Amino acid sequence: MSLTVDSVMKKFGRFPALNGASFVAPQGSFVSLLGPSGSGKTTLLRILGGLEFADSGAVRFADLNWLDMPARTRNAGFVFQQYALFKHMTVADNIAFGLKVRPRNRRPSSADITRRVTELLALVQLPGLEGRYPSQLSGGQRQRVALARALAIEPRMLLLDEPFGALDAKVRKELRADLRRIHDHAGVTTVFVTHDQEEAFAVADLVAVMKDGRIEQFGAPADVRRNPKTAFVSEFLSA
Amino acid sequence: MTKTFLNGRSGSRRRSFSKPTEDPLWLKLLLGGVAIAFIAILLLFPLALVFSEALAKGLTAFWTAIVEPDSLAAVRLSLLAAAIAVPLNTVFGIAAAWSIAKFDFPGKTFLVTLIDLPFSVSPVVAGLIYVLVFGAQGWFGHSLADHDIHILFALPGIVLATVFVTFPFVARELIPLMVDQGRDEEEAAATLGATGFQTFMRVTLPNIKWGLMYGILLCNARALGEFGAVSVVSGHIRGVTNTMPLHVQLLYDNYDYSGAFAVAALLAMLALLTLALKTLLEWRYADELAASHRR
Repeated sequence: MSLTVDSVMKKFGRFPALNGASFVAPQGSFVSLLGPSGSGKTTLLRILGGLEFADSGAVRFADLNWLDMPARTRNAGFVFQQYALFKHMTVADNIAFGLKVRPRNRRPSSADITRRVTELLALVQLPGLEGRYPSQLSGGQRQRVALARALAIEPRMLLLDEPFGALDAKVRKELRADLRRIHDHAGVTTVFVTHDQEEAFAVADLVAVMKDGRIEQFGAPADVRRNPKTAFVSEFLSA
Repeated sequence: MTKTFLNGRSGSRRRSFSKPTEDPLWLKLLLGGVAIAFIAILLLFPLALVFSEALAKGLTAFWTAIVEPDSLAAVRLSLLAAAIAVPLNTVFGIAAAWSIAKFDFPGKTFLVTLIDLPFSVSPVVAGLIYVLVFGAQGWFGHSLADHDIHILFALPGIVLATVFVTFPFVARELIPLMVDQGRDEEEAAATLGATGFQTFMRVTLPNIKWGLMYGILLCNARALGEFGAVSVVSGHIRGVTNTMPLHVQLLYDNYDYSGAFAVAALLAMLALLTLALKTLLEWRYADELAASHRR
């Protein structure tokens, strides 16, 4: 029972975005993909979410052939850098979306949905904002709503693409702590993309340092910091 | 604190600097005047003339010219052709814009060029295409005649010509809008478990509804007013295959000026109604519009 990424390759035209990325992380762990821009971390995340397709390689998660499943059935919550909230829906409708699109036999009753939305808003510390529209929220609030929306489907996997990239330092720190708390509470496997090493090391159980579509080093933050395996890793961490 | 601040200010004389983005008054008046004169001479004046000519012999004469059977037949045919062509082009336009904006595939640029084709091809040529394909001497002319199917000089031909000419309106309105909105929301919907159809109905369509409405209105206005392409395929059979614009010309050529202007006024009124409807919708839903534009 683990997340196994095995030599995943992906080319955009002739540019290799992923060049045989591999790692194994236990289920329920918090993994940070860390690296400079163009290192392939977002591509790997989007492949895990089913938004991009690998040319070759395999991913196994929860004993499933992960890459053979469409995004819709993976039950993997995705949080985007630019929030990607549904602009025309209220906060409550945004969060409830994943529940309302379920087939009738698995769809909760509307009372249950309302209760779930209230719970989730409390969890992301935005109680009482059900009726607002995304345009009436600050960046930090929007990302909290996006997180609540991703959690509403009770995901097996939580994928975050530089979720705090557009926010200021203070809000980033608050959200980071909240994210870790929510991860522990929900018991999901979380993969978190960032180019900010301080953020990656502060929040994750395991860090994958990426370069040129490959994973340079994979391990616990303390180990990676103590024994950088390659010149690139030590240089990247000292920057 | 406040006092010294105020005192300090009152000491210096206030000088008025013009803003770097502000133009001198004479230039503003000149440019504004030119624009207004241009609109008045080229748009408002001719439009007013159409209505005044139509009503020159009084309201009764206007009414008689409209309810004359051939004129009524032309109105009915125009409305019917638009009622078929506009929904078709709405569906085609959404399909084309959706595939171009949300997916990558080879030949995408070529498809965009194809969509623009009706804008660049003369409507007369568009009409002739159908004559070449469906006419008595055309490719399918004989087999169609054998099966007693009438396309040219009948409603199907008029609808086909209208569809061709008005095809780009909805698609052209939606493509930049959908490209600008990107795929983020659709991707989010997919990760939340929505099917393609649910994503389209609940996410894509609400985001484009204003652009779509605008495209449909423009498409409708053009469908009602199309002259060239329809003229080639219609055959100008009075009371049978004459649309409103064709009927205006026919009356005018027969020196029936009051009749021609009466039908022209009705046509212009339909166009004004379209514009009024659009303005009303924009005004009624101003808040929602603003909300969906901001991110």
